[in-house]
Amino acid sequence: MESFIVDWRLSFDALSIFFGFVILLVAIPSWVYSIGYMQGLYSRGRIRFAKILFFFFILSMLLVVFSSNVLFFLIAWELMSLLSYFLVTLDSHEEKASRAGLIYILMTHVGTTFMTAAFLIIYSYSGSFDFIAFKETCLLLPSTIKTVVFLCFVVGFGTKAGLIPFHIWLPYAHPEAPSHISSVMSGAMIKIGVYGFIRFVLFILGVSELWWGNLILVLAIISSVGGILYALMEKDLKKMLAYSSIENIGLIMLGIGGYMVFIKMNQPLLAVFSLAAALYHTVNHAIFKTLLFMCSGAILKTCGTKNMEKLGGLIKLMPVTAFCFLIGALSISAMPPLNGFMSEWLILQTLFSGALAGATFPKMKIFLALLTGLLALTGGLAAACFVKAFGISFLAGTRSKKTETANDSGWTMKAPMIFLTGLIFIFGIFAAPVFKVLIDTVSSVSGLNSGGAAFTFNVMSLAPRNNSTMSLNSLLLFGILVITEVTIFAVVKIITKKRTVTCAHTWACGYYRTTERNQYTSTGFSKPFRVAFSFILMPSRKLEKIRDSHYHVKAFKYEVHTKQFLNEYFYKPVIKRLFRFAEWSRKLQQGSVHIYIGYIFLAIVFLIVFLKRF
Amino acid sequence: MKITVIILQAVLLIAASPFISGFIKKLKNHIRMRKGAPLLQPYHNIVKLFGKDETISKDSSYIFRIAPYVLITTAVAAALLSPSFFPSFQISGTGDIFVIIFIFALGRFFTALAGLDTGSTFGGMGSSREMFISALAEPAFLVSVFAASLAAGNTGISSLLPGGVFKISLVCSGLAFYLVLLAETARVPVDNQETHLELTMIHEAMILEYSGKSLALIELAGHIKQLVLLSLLVYIFIPVGSGTGFYIIKIVAVAAVTAIIEVALAKMRLFRVVDYLIFSFVLSLAAVTAFIMGV
Repeated sequence: MESFIVDWRLSFDALSIFFGFVILLVAIPSWVYSIGYMQGLYSRGRIRFAKILFFFFILSMLLVVFSSNVLFFLIAWELMSLLSYFLVTLDSHEEKASRAGLIYILMTHVGTTFMTAAFLIIYSYSGSFDFIAFKETCLLLPSTIKTVVFLCFVVGFGTKAGLIPFHIWLPYAHPEAPSHISSVMSGAMIKIGVYGFIRFVLFILGVSELWWGNLILVLAIISSVGGILYALMEKDLKKMLAYSSIENIGLIMLGIGGYMVFIKMNQPLLAVFSLAAALYHTVNHAIFKTLLFMCSGAILKTCGTKNMEKLGGLIKLMPVTAFCFLIGALSISAMPPLNGFMSEWLILQTLFSGALAGATFPKMKIFLALLTGLLALTGGLAAACFVKAFGISFLAGTRSKKTETANDSGWTMKAPMIFLTGLIFIFGIFAAPVFKVLIDTVSSVSGLNSGGAAFTFNVMSLAPRNNSTMSLNSLLLFGILVITEVTIFAVVKIITKKRTVTCAHTWACGYYRTTERNQYTSTGFSKPFRVAFSFILMPSRKLEKIRDSHYHVKAFKYEVHTKQFLNEYFYKPVIKRLFRFAEWSRKLQQGSVHIYIGYIFLAIVFLIVFLKRF
Repeated sequence: MKITVIILQAVLLIAASPFISGFIKKLKNHIRMRKGAPLLQPYHNIVKLFGKDETISKDSSYIFRIAPYVLITTAVAAALLSPSFFPSFQISGTGDIFVIIFIFALGRFFTALAGLDTGSTFGGMGSSREMFISALAEPAFLVSVFAASLAAGNTGISSLLPGGVFKISLVCSGLAFYLVLLAETARVPVDNQETHLELTMIHEAMILEYSGKSLALIELAGHIKQLVLLSLLVYIFIPVGSGTGFYIIKIVAVAAVTAIIEVALAKMRLFRVVDYLIFSFVLSLAAVTAFIMGV
């Protein structure tokens, strides 16, 4: 039992430092933001309590990534889960928040169970909890055991990361948590799942079969498309962002799955490239998702609602928040030359290079082409989703009374948002240097020698295939866009110098004028998608006409619901069975002392037989 | 020197782009036994619009005002990056054909926002439908290019250019690309540029509130986008002949086919477009399969 003594030493390798950086990148702005955000929403004691919890939450995440012993890792992991549970339920007076917390804590423990199982299986072979001992043992594990361990890790870390089909806690927990907590959870905590996956599956367990990578690729693309589809259906701003996190985790896992596949296809250079693209998307997602959650938090604070259908016209009332949200939305929809575009482009290049390289894997080419198509679909849906989110919440006229008095929040909230907006530009324009660092990170951790120089043409250019002339210099791209814009603006200004601009009402087909009730709604915007993807979304609608007489309809009620495929067909039946089993097992508890004595007797008989037998 | 030629090429493309639209319109009218507007009508329209005052909605914000500029910028930037009259002159270091597709997406993002900005139902409807169609068109768009790039061995534009011989894979991917092109340029089976009937318009609904110079910019951007996509089509998927002369002939030929399609077909119901675009996507996947089989 000597090895159960926890080794508290920390280790700082390139991968841990990278994830530590991501955590701090999210945590520090969120900390500043929380000062302004919590003021007025909570009592002073609660604010102090939340601040302490927040501090330890960040600390526990850092301990997870810097631990070098599995027991230490598990303790820190559990601490992280519990602390975040308390932060999710900070609004515990609301029933929704406590329910969300319950789902979260249940799901996260399902994940931890699988993780622990995997650790114990490896431990039974290694006899030590050290990472290095684990790694050495994993080389000698029989392949069936390896597969079992791999699947346990997929469930364990997939749950934390929010990969479909283990995602169900995410759309509950993230929207109900206070906004600065949502941004840390979405920006950093789900990335810890990704970290665990990279650390344990890629570098400790090692990739031993091609289908592992294929499985991850399939789960990743399902997460991407599914996540963004549900996001598109959502009218709750924060819930929409939570679903979009699932999509982005899918994109990150696409890069990781790419690594696993390329290792087995004997393309180490490509594997390094793929994993670096995944890490790049990780940091990018951390930046823009934190920003978007902060913006929605600012809206929630000043308007009292996060329902898009009740917002509108906020661009005039809160210009700073609107601008930050716009940049975040552009970046998350992969618009050039922002950072989201750069990483999505790199993931695309990964898939293409994989299809190009695998001469001996013809089926892989078709698979990768299909993935490319679905990735493109994800991009298109993401653009639609964020056009909707920005357009409905920020543009046109206000839709409710409360929104009319909205205003930009104080500097403690604005400053971190502006900071992150700046980072979006910086990480987009200086993509090549950043990517080079990531390539070096991956090659030092994986031991696959590639060198960052292979993928960068010069300091500012990315060259995804080192044998070709194609390269992307995002500064040049940015420059071209800006110069073109300025030139066109100047030309138009000169030729239309004498023309005037008048303001008038929106054309209302000859009627007096339009009101905010004529504006397109979020539900209306997503209707075509709901119809086209009805086989997944399973929408059901309810129409109700309240009539004065046969001819005159006084009021009209319209409801539309979409169903969660997995909830309906997997989680609900499972939960139902569990409850039924619990009901059934209640019969054992009769309350009569005689029967209990009988149980004890039976147990003793059983034990005696058992001991004799073995 | 190189920069001058590239800029000259883009300017030529911008200058020629309204002509293609005018040509398609004229040819359509010829087929319908009508006289039709003069070939140069699109130029007259743009000049006329630049000469008019502008009216904008009170409800709108700066998004509405900058959207036309963003749209035209993306179109011009795409014109700068794509091959046209002098294909051997390329800006190096601006990535590949995927980048051009993403640049178009940027323009569309802002137009769709502008559609929502005025608070008119038409605008919202147009934005919603435009994003819907483009989201579904994206897979076919990317995978058809993917297939062609697989054959070329790279996604860089200059390596895509030399083309090859006609193969089944190239025909499939070219057809898929062309179907997407029709959807992206608001052509008939998907959308109809000529109609302003409230419930059927898609692209036109989105820009309904625009007038004056903003509308001129949007129209010009539409023409440029069309010619850029046509150029990509003829360079990547129709590897017949080379040189500027052949380029012009091929563009005119494809434009003529487009005109015939517009006359011969009716606009589809919105939800039939899904099938149309899925067909295009399947076609592009078939192209990849055909490439792997070596045909």
